Amino acid sequence: MTSAHSHPGFLGFIKRWLFTTNHKDIGTLYLWFSLIMFFIGGMSAMLIRAELFKPGLTLVTPEFFNQLTTMHGLIMIFGAIMPAFVGFANWMVPLMIGAPDMAMPRMNNWSFWILPFAALILISTMFMDGGGPNFGWTFYAPLSTTYGPKSTDFFIFAIHMMGISSIMGSINIIATILNMRAPGMTLMQMPLFCWTWLITAFLLLAVMPVLAGVVTMVLADRHLGTSFFNAGGGGDPVLFQHIFWFFGHPEVYIIILPAFGIISEIIPTFSRKKLFGYASMVYATMAIAVLSFFVWAHHMFLTGMPSVGEIFFMYVTMLIAVPTGVKVFNWISTMFKGELTFETPMLFAIAFIVLFTIGGFTGLMLSVAPADFQYHDSYFVVAHFHYVMVAGSLMAIFGGVYYWLPKWTGHMYSETLGKLHFWLTMIAFNITFFPMHFVGLAGMPRRIPDYALQFTEFNQLSSIGAFTLGLSQFVFVYVIIKTIRGGVPATAKVWDGAEGLTWQVPSPAPYHTHG
Amino acid sequence: MAGMLTRSLLILLLVSGEAYANFTINMPSGVTDISHKVFQLHMVVLWICVVIGVLVFGVMIYAIIFHRRSLGHKASNFHENTKIEILWTVIPFIILIAMAVPATITILEMDDVADSDLTIKITGYMWRWHYEYVGTNVAFMSDLSTPYEQIINRAEKDEHYLREVNNPLVLPINKKIRLLMTGNDVIHSWWVSELAVKKDAIPGFINETWTKINTVGTYRGQCAELCGAKHGFMPIVVKAVSEQDFAAWMQAQQQITVEPHQ
Repeated sequence: MTSAHSHPGFLGFIKRWLFTTNHKDIGTLYLWFSLIMFFIGGMSAMLIRAELFKPGLTLVTPEFFNQLTTMHGLIMIFGAIMPAFVGFANWMVPLMIGAPDMAMPRMNNWSFWILPFAALILISTMFMDGGGPNFGWTFYAPLSTTYGPKSTDFFIFAIHMMGISSIMGSINIIATILNMRAPGMTLMQMPLFCWTWLITAFLLLAVMPVLAGVVTMVLADRHLGTSFFNAGGGGDPVLFQHIFWFFGHPEVYIIILPAFGIISEIIPTFSRKKLFGYASMVYATMAIAVLSFFVWAHHMFLTGMPSVGEIFFMYVTMLIAVPTGVKVFNWISTMFKGELTFETPMLFAIAFIVLFTIGGFTGLMLSVAPADFQYHDSYFVVAHFHYVMVAGSLMAIFGGVYYWLPKWTGHMYSETLGKLHFWLTMIAFNITFFPMHFVGLAGMPRRIPDYALQFTEFNQLSSIGAFTLGLSQFVFVYVIIKTIRGGVPATAKVWDGAEGLTWQVPSPAPYHTHG
Repeated sequence: MAGMLTRSLLILLLVSGEAYANFTINMPSGVTDISHKVFQLHMVVLWICVVIGVLVFGVMIYAIIFHRRSLGHKASNFHENTKIEILWTVIPFIILIAMAVPATITILEMDDVADSDLTIKITGYMWRWHYEYVGTNVAFMSDLSTPYEQIINRAEKDEHYLREVNNPLVLPINKKIRLLMTGNDVIHSWWVSELAVKKDAIPGFINETWTKINTVGTYRGQCAELCGAKHGFMPIVVKAVSEQDFAAWMQAQQQITVEPHQ
């Protein structure tokens, strides 16, 4: 067989990766890109934690500290987590539904190759005159309009590019899932990962234009003399928050729904038992997606909404606990009376269920508006969203990588090293983020470079945990590279409990499958 | 340093006990009726979560221990059970209603600013607070008073490092005080957790809330909304005094403010 995908030399390398329209290549590119961004975002987190190791300004200036928190948030959300899930979708959706490739391979190429340039533009702002964006990833006006640094315009452009990339990616995923399923596979027979991604893609289509709109309004306020968000010109700073969070809350579910999908693949495999309630999982995902459009103002309880508004958004936010509970109960019922083994993907999936549920509990606490007045903008919130985004999305990503790595590379990873990575991550994560609940409740606001003395001990603990967490990720990189280079050959099925079309193609999955 | 570290690790291990007597791990119950209610609400929801967590994780841990292949357990083949699925949708819903009722009552109470005895207008600036006793000519700026040497680690940090100001907001106890908030430049947020008051100070808007302090004392907080470089350096100090002391303080302030104009 002549392999169309091997080109010698540098030019060959460019031809292979820059011009590729193969869903597996593009999936791989997304995943590597995400890993690099994860380390860049992680580096800014390490600097933040180093500064917060003790009271007083020690390492960085408050101005630079604000740039670090902004960059950390933007890179982790738009650079690390979202592209990782798109990478999984590219690799796995065609394999799972029996399609030879994505529906629109050329657009697929484009939607990936926009990303590295967007990321470069975003990162380059840190080196610009006046510094990078320093208003937090939420870029509230008028801090980002009237008071934003010059580089804000580059930030806006980068966000636009990432948005275009996401929209094209989601169009592609929707078209693939709706049109290219193997004959006889109905929607309700698809693996749950495809379902969660289908719903996520619709969420992306709905809210990315809203994000594009709000950054464009910021741009207009900065340069075209408009006053959308400028009270001095008759505008409304709170309007910014309404538009931003109308994007921002569905975005939260964009970041978690594909993780639900991955966990729903892993748990049945290692429990050797069918997912307890497939249909109710699908409906719960839909319910979460629909509700996500009606809860945005719970991020704005302090802006002085009328009581009725506070009450409405509190009720709808609380309601999200119901479908989320359904998911958790389903996973646990799947494990119950199963035949459990604890390979690395399963360990990450179990950690996901426990820690994500803790994040869900604090989310429920945050939904209670009067109590939110105390939690809001404190470290309690920082703890909450790291429990859902790191222990939630990121651990699902780790689990997914270990779960499918043998299918991608044809080699089994080292279980010992995988477990080492798991336990280091699991312990360090909790040492880092659990104490943040305490300092937040005790009154420490988020996004401050220096703090009152009563917060010292817990901050030190967090910093020590964070450095451990950061270093542990080198184990992950080592495992990946080692597995790509060689190892025990993987069978087609890889896991004895695995089911579905994915596990019928050989490992590594051939360059062209289901042709 | 090593001592601190050991102490921190101890807390993680011993969630109860005397080890953490020096610092708090929970929301303060505060010094107003509202802050007590908020604290109770927080504790009730927290305990509901703990109970649910223990039950749910309990089932999971049971499965992890007993339903493992290494013990020779064989997988059952049950799935989909409408009765159970309805139950685990309805029960959480009922629990939520039980939480929503007291929360709604507290919201309505917190938003009821009627019949106040005194009104204070609070304006957030980059990066200081301005307090105006509406209807009087008393108004002043309140700046961080921590010396810069302490911030850059050239001097020993004092007890209230970063949470001390030159002019605290002086308020009488047992009076319903209406707080009006606005921002002069960007959005700030005025937060004193002992009072359970946190409200955004937004340019172009005047937000209102209220407090009625029960106990004489000094209560500290800081800006909670990212407002630029010195966001971490605009603290709030509220000095709650008896009604007599407040009247005396007001008189003295009015003289100071009036004198330059005479």
